[in-house]
Amino acid sequence: MTTLTLTQAINAGLRKAMEEDPKVVLLGEDIGTLGGVFRVTDGLMKDFGSHRVIDTPLAESAIIGTAVGLAYRGFRPVCEIQFDGFIYPGFDQIVSQVAKLHMRTHGQVRMPLTIRVPFGGGIGSPEHHSESPEGYFVHTSGLRVISVSNPQDAYTMLRQAIASDDPVLFFEPKRRYHAKGEVDLELDLSRAPAMGAARIVASGTDVTLVTYGPLVATALDAAKAAFDDGVSIEVIDLRSLSPIDYGPLEESVRRTGRLVVTHEAGETLGLGAEIVAAVTERCFNYLEAAPVRVTGFDIPYPPSKLEKHHLPDLDRMLDGVDRALGRPNSLSGLEG
Amino acid sequence: MLEETASPETSPQPGIHQLIGADGTSVVDELLAPFVTDVDDDQLLELLSDMVVIRRIDAEATALQRQGQLALWPPMLGQEAAQIGSVRALEDDDFIFPTYRENGVAYCRGAKLAGIMSTWRGSANTGWDPYEFNMATPQIIIGAQTLHATGYAMGLTMDGKESLAIAYLGDGATSQGDVHESMVFAASFQAPVVFFCQNNHWAISEPVGLQSHVPLAGRAPGYGIPSLRVDGNDVLAVLAATRWAATRARSGGGPSFIEAVTYRMGAHTTADDPTRYRGVTELEEWRGKDPIARLRAFLQGRGKLDAGQEAALEAKADAVAAELRAGCINMPDPAPMSIFDNVYTSGHAILDRQRDHYERYLASFSGTEVDALAEGNRS
Ligand SMILES: Cc1ncc(C[n+]2csc(CCOP(=O)(O)OP(=O)(O)O)c2C)c(N)n1
Repeated sequence: MTTLTLTQAINAGLRKAMEEDPKVVLLGEDIGTLGGVFRVTDGLMKDFGSHRVIDTPLAESAIIGTAVGLAYRGFRPVCEIQFDGFIYPGFDQIVSQVAKLHMRTHGQVRMPLTIRVPFGGGIGSPEHHSESPEGYFVHTSGLRVISVSNPQDAYTMLRQAIASDDPVLFFEPKRRYHAKGEVDLELDLSRAPAMGAARIVASGTDVTLVTYGPLVATALDAAKAAFDDGVSIEVIDLRSLSPIDYGPLEESVRRTGRLVVTHEAGETLGLGAEIVAAVTERCFNYLEAAPVRVTGFDIPYPPSKLEKHHLPDLDRMLDGVDRALGRPNSLSGLEG
Repeated sequence: MLEETASPETSPQPGIHQLIGADGTSVVDELLAPFVTDVDDDQLLELLSDMVVIRRIDAEATALQRQGQLALWPPMLGQEAAQIGSVRALEDDDFIFPTYRENGVAYCRGAKLAGIMSTWRGSANTGWDPYEFNMATPQIIIGAQTLHATGYAMGLTMDGKESLAIAYLGDGATSQGDVHESMVFAASFQAPVVFFCQNNHWAISEPVGLQSHVPLAGRAPGYGIPSLRVDGNDVLAVLAATRWAATRARSGGGPSFIEAVTYRMGAHTTADDPTRYRGVTELEEWRGKDPIARLRAFLQGRGKLDAGQEAALEAKADAVAAELRAGCINMPDPAPMSIFDNVYTSGHAILDRQRDHYERYLASFSGTEVDALAEGNRS
């Protein structure tokens, strides 16, 4: 075991994948000499050369679109989108081409692309630097969507993503980039938990709190705070957003009878909407209260001085838990 | 030590139009000279004053960022002549579509200093009314504004107006699809748009040679757009080149492309560490071409800049810096509930519900009545 930050773990995952397979190539803006604006690719160009760590011209559609061509040619491209808000110039290539080519060609052409996206807020950035675009990609069939929350998962799941023959959108919670954790660098991929598996990260009996990526740490804090207050919260880290692994969720909600889903992205048509609907369909008879969503608001991302109001924090999560439990909460007395 | 980057464009190129050489002496340029015959020494002094002031704004903002008062700042150090020469060539009703780096342009257009700072402090997404100053909100998405400028210019033609739109862009931006599409539209519809590209040689860590194997100005003619390569550290030449393009636009001549060859002396933003990717020799070479020192030398050479004038310039810059600092430090944080403002022009049921719930949530915390909170935010 080695203690690494999330960025170092991703760096180690990239390195390992590149060592194992010469067809793995990286593409992105500033990923070479600079090592990426978050230093995720630090040192890789020096060690693998500029033909495998490709500093691209400043064009996202070209980064994704040429990766499609590289994949046709048998490469396994790993694209870095510098910030969440800059994925949209490449959006057309992702949803019209990357997602569809396997089916369009009757399975003859594979698109083993990994598209790494630093996402989410909480780092005080200007416009376009703190978006939560995961919903667009979950909504697009043909893509797998992952969001990691800790260094070990980052290391393991990045390697699984690169090894996957399906295209994977790999969302990295940028506000957790410096979070440290133990990483087993020798881990045998075939024995690791599947990339698609959700995981219970704190067990509890009263409420099931489901989240992913940046908010897993916040949800754990909320569970600790609630515990001191006599409430037992089970926290589930989804890990995979497409497909969602409903097994552990169903099992948990059947025990707790209560569900709270929380994410930074806006509420309307966000992951929370899907999860609440799916769990309600599957566990209706076990639910003791209406499921609750604690999400970002349906607003363009606010200026950084205000982002703390947009992002769910520990207190908003606990307020949601109180709603699920029927305890006094900010909406007490309101109907619907 | 870093190796010097192999860029075809790191040293002066032939074909760059100049009116004032790096040593401050006059250069004869037949194309540009006719556009600045009216510029006298007093006007040159004003250009110098503009440059000194925006350099001071830049230094003060950088300091404020270091002191934690600004979240981020994109320095313009080294690009003063490109910003001032271009903006001072425009008429008030010409519409500007800037990037995040045109803070000097915004100042000259009349934007309030506190407004300019509010974006970088994280208090607001934009700090001025685009229609008050005929200048769009700063664009962060690389290249997007070139399409907006082209569309605005198409609108000018449809309205029968003789003004223009100008899009500021960087060398890196020229790789984006949006920029190429905007040039296609500009040429197709002969839109009165000026593409003003500041080639500051770096797109964060990427040298201009990665974006293009030909001088950037060489691309536009392929779209049917005449272009000019100008010394971006020569304020007089930039003024002339922009007037050249503006004259074309106003007289129905359609789009033009200007490549102002300059250099970003500082970091990309205060979050960047340029020592990781560029060498000091290059920096030193460009220090010798400083736009302010050059105009100063030119004016001194003509006996037009005395100690008194110098002192007055400094005093003005100091005053602007003091105002900027005060405006920044005293800027209040925006009201929490303002996150719901202006998402739509009129009510939206779902968002209205979220606003109501969040108001109740905040009130439950502070013990404040919901009505009082709502009242406070409306005022
Ligand atoms: C679509 C998009 N991709 C990436 C970025 C991140 N980014 C911000 S500035 C920049 C470099 C821009 O270089 P250039 O166009 O030369 O302008 P300069 O900053 O040098 O003035 C990059 C890559 C962005 N803002 N927008």
